[in-house]
Amino acid sequence: MNLLWVVLLPLIGTLVPLLTERFGRNVCAFSVALLPAWSLILVLMHVGEIFDGEAIRQTIEWIPSMGLDLSFRLDGLSLLFLLLILGIGLLIILYARYYLSDKDSMGQFYAYLILFMSAMVGIVISNNMIQLWMFWELTSISSFLLISFWSHKPDARKGARMALTVTGTGGLALLAGLLLLGNIVGSYDLDTVLASGDLIRAHAAYPIALVLVLLGAFTKSAQFPFHFWLPHAMAAPTPVSAYLHSATMVKAGIFLLCRFYPALAGTDLWFMIVSLTGLITLLLGAYIALFKHDLKGLLAYSTISHLGLITLLLGLNSDLAAVAAVFHIINHATFKASLFMAAGIIDHETGSRDMRKLNGLMKYMPHTATLAIVAALSMAGVPLLNGFLSKEMFFAETLDQSMLGSLSWMIPLLATVGAAFSVAYSLRFIHDVFFNGEPIDLPKTPHEPPRYMKVPVEILVALCLAVGIFPAYLVGDLLHAAAFSVLANDVPMHSLSIWHGFNIPLFMSFLAMVGGITIYYNRRHLFEFQAQFNEPDAKYIFEGAVQSLIKFTQRIMATLENGSLQRYVFLMLLFTLVMSAYPLFELTQNAGSRPQLPIDGVAITAALLLIISAIATVIWHRRRFLSLIYLSVVGLIVSLAFAKFSAPDLALTQLSVEIVTIILLLLALYFLPQSTQKESSNRRLSIDLTVSALIGCVIGTICFAMLTTPLNSISDFFIANSKTGGGGTNVVNVILVDFRGFDTLGEITVLGIAALGIFKLIAKMRIYVPTRDDKGRPWTKDRHPLMLAMVSQSLLPLALLVSVYIFLRGHNLPGGGFIAGLITSVAIIQQYVANGVLWIKPRIKVDYQWLIASGILMATATGLGSWIFDKPFLSTWFDHFHLPWVGEFELASAMIFDLGVYLTVVGAVLLILANLGKLTTSERVDNKENV
Amino acid sequence: MQHLPIFPILIPMLAAVFMLLPPLSNSINRHRVFAIAVMILLIISSALLLLTSHEQGTQMYILGGWQPPFGIALIADRLSTMMVLLTSVLALGALLYACAGDDNEGMYFHPLFMFQIMGINGAFLTGDIFNLFVFFEVLLIASYALLIHGGGKQKTKANVHYVILNLVASSVFLFALGILYGTIGSLNIADMASKVRLLGDQEQALVKSGGLLLLVVFGLKAAMLPLNFWLPKTYAVASAPVAALFAIMTKVGVYSILRIHTVIFGEDAGALAGIAIPWLWPLAILTLIIGAIGVLASPSLRLTVANLVLVSVGTLIIAIAMQREAATAAALYYMMHTTLVTGALFLIADLISKQRGKAEDRYVVARQMTHSKIIGITFFIAALTVVGLPPFSGFLGKVLILQSAQGLTESAWVWSVVLLAGVASLIAISRAGTTLFWRHSNGSNDSDPIHPLKIIAVVLLLSASPLLVIFGGPVTDFTNLAASQLHDTTQSVDALLIGGNK
Repeated sequence: MNLLWVVLLPLIGTLVPLLTERFGRNVCAFSVALLPAWSLILVLMHVGEIFDGEAIRQTIEWIPSMGLDLSFRLDGLSLLFLLLILGIGLLIILYARYYLSDKDSMGQFYAYLILFMSAMVGIVISNNMIQLWMFWELTSISSFLLISFWSHKPDARKGARMALTVTGTGGLALLAGLLLLGNIVGSYDLDTVLASGDLIRAHAAYPIALVLVLLGAFTKSAQFPFHFWLPHAMAAPTPVSAYLHSATMVKAGIFLLCRFYPALAGTDLWFMIVSLTGLITLLLGAYIALFKHDLKGLLAYSTISHLGLITLLLGLNSDLAAVAAVFHIINHATFKASLFMAAGIIDHETGSRDMRKLNGLMKYMPHTATLAIVAALSMAGVPLLNGFLSKEMFFAETLDQSMLGSLSWMIPLLATVGAAFSVAYSLRFIHDVFFNGEPIDLPKTPHEPPRYMKVPVEILVALCLAVGIFPAYLVGDLLHAAAFSVLANDVPMHSLSIWHGFNIPLFMSFLAMVGGITIYYNRRHLFEFQAQFNEPDAKYIFEGAVQSLIKFTQRIMATLENGSLQRYVFLMLLFTLVMSAYPLFELTQNAGSRPQLPIDGVAITAALLLIISAIATVIWHRRRFLSLIYLSVVGLIVSLAFAKFSAPDLALTQLSVEIVTIILLLLALYFLPQSTQKESSNRRLSIDLTVSALIGCVIGTICFAMLTTPLNSISDFFIANSKTGGGGTNVVNVILVDFRGFDTLGEITVLGIAALGIFKLIAKMRIYVPTRDDKGRPWTKDRHPLMLAMVSQSLLPLALLVSVYIFLRGHNLPGGGFIAGLITSVAIIQQYVANGVLWIKPRIKVDYQWLIASGILMATATGLGSWIFDKPFLSTWFDHFHLPWVGEFELASAMIFDLGVYLTVVGAVLLILANLGKLTTSERVDNKENV
Repeated sequence: MQHLPIFPILIPMLAAVFMLLPPLSNSINRHRVFAIAVMILLIISSALLLLTSHEQGTQMYILGGWQPPFGIALIADRLSTMMVLLTSVLALGALLYACAGDDNEGMYFHPLFMFQIMGINGAFLTGDIFNLFVFFEVLLIASYALLIHGGGKQKTKANVHYVILNLVASSVFLFALGILYGTIGSLNIADMASKVRLLGDQEQALVKSGGLLLLVVFGLKAAMLPLNFWLPKTYAVASAPVAALFAIMTKVGVYSILRIHTVIFGEDAGALAGIAIPWLWPLAILTLIIGAIGVLASPSLRLTVANLVLVSVGTLIIAIAMQREAATAAALYYMMHTTLVTGALFLIADLISKQRGKAEDRYVVARQMTHSKIIGITFFIAALTVVGLPPFSGFLGKVLILQSAQGLTESAWVWSVVLLAGVASLIAISRAGTTLFWRHSNGSNDSDPIHPLKIIAVVLLLSASPLLVIFGGPVTDFTNLAASQLHDTTQSVDALLIGGNK
């Protein structure tokens, strides 16, 4: 058999209701049931083998590098749970068909339900821990969808979120635990892990792994102190509660305990944590259940209590207790599912779940009442019903332990107290709802539900009775097979008969009955006692906790992320300082072995000038115009330094860049306030100054150390190959257009993008245009000065000629496309300055955007040209030619590339400047018109 | 196809240039058709490149025929081609979404978008550290321009922060390059890696300075603490397709850390081996924590998603700090998952925002969404993925990273922080989802129908989530190979110096 199909069929079934919803409720419900039923049949076909003690396995490789395989295993425990999940699931499908109203989206409901069912099926037949965890979290997610099904109700939303948060968080702990187990064992394969119990228990990480796995199990199974989510999950439609809280969701945690029983149980730590948690949960749940006026609330706390009972049994570290636990899993699932469904019927037909209003329903709905009473009696542990049998076994086991030393006698006593409360709330359920006078103010007149709505309840109640009377015959084999997989070895002798003679467990049962009746009889006093306490509502506590967590985080974020650019830059520079300074502690001496150049007066003067103007730029940074002038001095000296240290190309470039930048900044300054307020406090200033000074010192030290250290670099290669390989004697230019032409291509692209970006930014900008300067004098309205216009115009051809010259000689002497482009731009800007935008516009009809694009295109095309010769991108070609009159000259493909550079530079610079300039002009024209 | 490695750079570049020239310029419709066609072409060539590199070994493309270390070389190994393909797929999603109308809210959207991709692809492919700087500039300048797409006060303000911080970072980058070139004497990454081993003590200290300065630069791109504060607001105000595309931008930083600090300062770097690691550990963990706090504190979905970006960055850098093959492989898987899903989430947040009137994507009661079903399903899947719950890719990524931390002394930190960040995301996202979809006023809704392209875009990106799980086997095989290639210096250094396999 293909075990994959057991989980795949319901998973595919998730889509069925969405497709069949339109064909009506009956068709939809029926079609939904088909695939899970098929899956159930697949499982049932193998009952024989499993009862014989075999386990069926199947593995499909999936993600081997993380140890995740699609791996399935069907053994007794899986079989038991599959029967519960699929069996009760099918009953729920039938029940929900009648429960849901016309307003509810049936397809959506069934889809969520089946998704949940598939996830549960996946958990119980997984043979790989990570796969198991996958399905585990899937149950959290699908139960979130189910609980929040009535999403318009705040209760449903909050309850769902609480359930998801608690179980999801537990799931993450479980993941950590499983990964840890996998690490200990060296495999995520469950077979291997379960067989390595001794290795795991002896490992140092065992306590951590155990606690993590238990966190997962306890959150899911609503064990104290994580029990609070379960009652709030009752906001779900009742079929969901019936399914999730009887047979599936909460049982997943119990399943996990059972599944890992061979690997994790048997230590004192296990006993302490598991049994005590179970005991507290058992008592707490049973006690609170009595005071719940809401039918489903009572059942919810009763569920918590019974889950505590099962947990307690599993924690006792005794084989027989484990058998009892498995038995109670079956019994609890049957009576609790039927009780929830009965509660749902009552709610459905009366419109209320409040036990203070619901009275005397026996008269109105005798059939349902009878069913509910039988189930409730089973919950109370009355003989001849299945609840009685497992409770007897439970009592026997509590007597048979001595783990708490001399305090061990308390466990059976507390167990009896818990059972007494269980009897009391069961009695309350029976007496308050079905007897006890007449109903009070019910929204609807109670009557029996549709015939088929009762069928699932009938089947389950019949099971309660049948198992209660013929236990060994009905569930003996199943229990044996399941217990066999839990214990992973032989199952101890146990007797599944109703009558074991007069013994202490029977006496304890009797005591619990009497106690329960007494408690219920005196309930008024208890209710009064309980009324003194403000019952904490977990919803508010949880929501409050989440709210304060969020408020807390918001406070942190408000402090950290305060939106101050100053702070962000400061942090960045501080980080820079630490990163660059810290390694310098290892630098023993600053000066390397390289001889230093002699210092001359010019150099010192220039350096001083540089320092002064840099400092002045900063000091007068609030007087922008002044600051700009000092900045231009800095640029000028840098250019001179380049020239002095034999980098004439750089000097030329720097100089022309300076000019263009300063013009641009001047234009920009026009729009900015002429001076700004002082914004930094003195304290801030001194901190900032310290950091910048320190960075300066560090970078200075690094520069000095670096420049004095002899270097063996690739630059020699460039010098050697410039003429022979690149066809030019100007190494800088050959590097730019040939050796590293790709960088240049990137950089001109940057320039082009910058121009486009600036144009994009200012194109739609409506900007404040000042009409006066900082001293309040209005800007002049004179025409453009004639002299300047004349001179500029006559200079233009000359400037263009210079740029052509600079361009052409670039390959061998300082120059090149970049510098030539800047010179041309400056010449044209000069026209703008002298004549204004409106004058230029009709005269230069070049679209700068096209100029940029064609420049980049030309440079790229040059690179692509080398493909024709089967060479890589940007391979160059050059040769020497001879023409009469002209003489010998060189032609190189790099020149076309350089032409591309030239065009891009011109286009970019002019696009920016012309548009920034236009911004001023058009606005000023408008102003004039307004005046 | 010897030129294949340069295609991912040239295709978007030429596309951008052609869109600035007639006959394509000035027609948004022509731009759209052309851009989508180009993007599909780009995906095809990226995929081809990845396959070629995977099957025939690392492809080296030597520009201008100047052999390394002298010229610039592009290195198309498994890691870089994976990143390039990832970028193209993400870009197609963002582009399709933009073509539904967002591209028309400002000028030059499509050319700038293409330039942006050119820069990102270049940064992934280059094997030269100065060329890396150039491509950083290309992608940055394009991102400055894209960030203001759509205009408005908020965008301009966020952009000012973004631009200034990045300008500082660019200068730091130049400092670092100056120091590295001034001591190592080379710019080719593989060559630097081979020369770093031979340095004297003096130079080592200087190189360390330079290497750590690079960490500042890449840390800002990746938004690593303390350089993370700009990210949430910037991403939250960016126009949706831009924010989606920016999902890859932090990964450029992460990639650069991975490339530089694994190859140049890797195990074989002698005294310089792992210089960044002692810093990366605490910073990565703190980034993750800050991200998780931010996720909880966020008052709107876009901010939540932006903070989730920080969480993913923290997780990725933790994986890098582990400096082992398995962790790198896990990081690569996580990278694919988080990039595509975060991209999708930014788009979904925009869809939600457009449907809720003035409330936009803030967590307040607002009118009901008209098209809540399709948005709800996509949000639900994206939310599960991003929180790291099964059955989607998030959980695989998380489990892989947790697994790879096993046995390290820091593993307790890694596990608790990664898992707790998961809890924080779970709380935040479940709150977000229930509020956005279920808490609504009774007001009528008249929002426009959703453009089908937008849905296609979201579905395209989100489909990665189940696909990465279903094909988890082959994908993790690939990431394992990519990681071992990166960590193996004979492949990531030596093979790239003798001339590669042309």
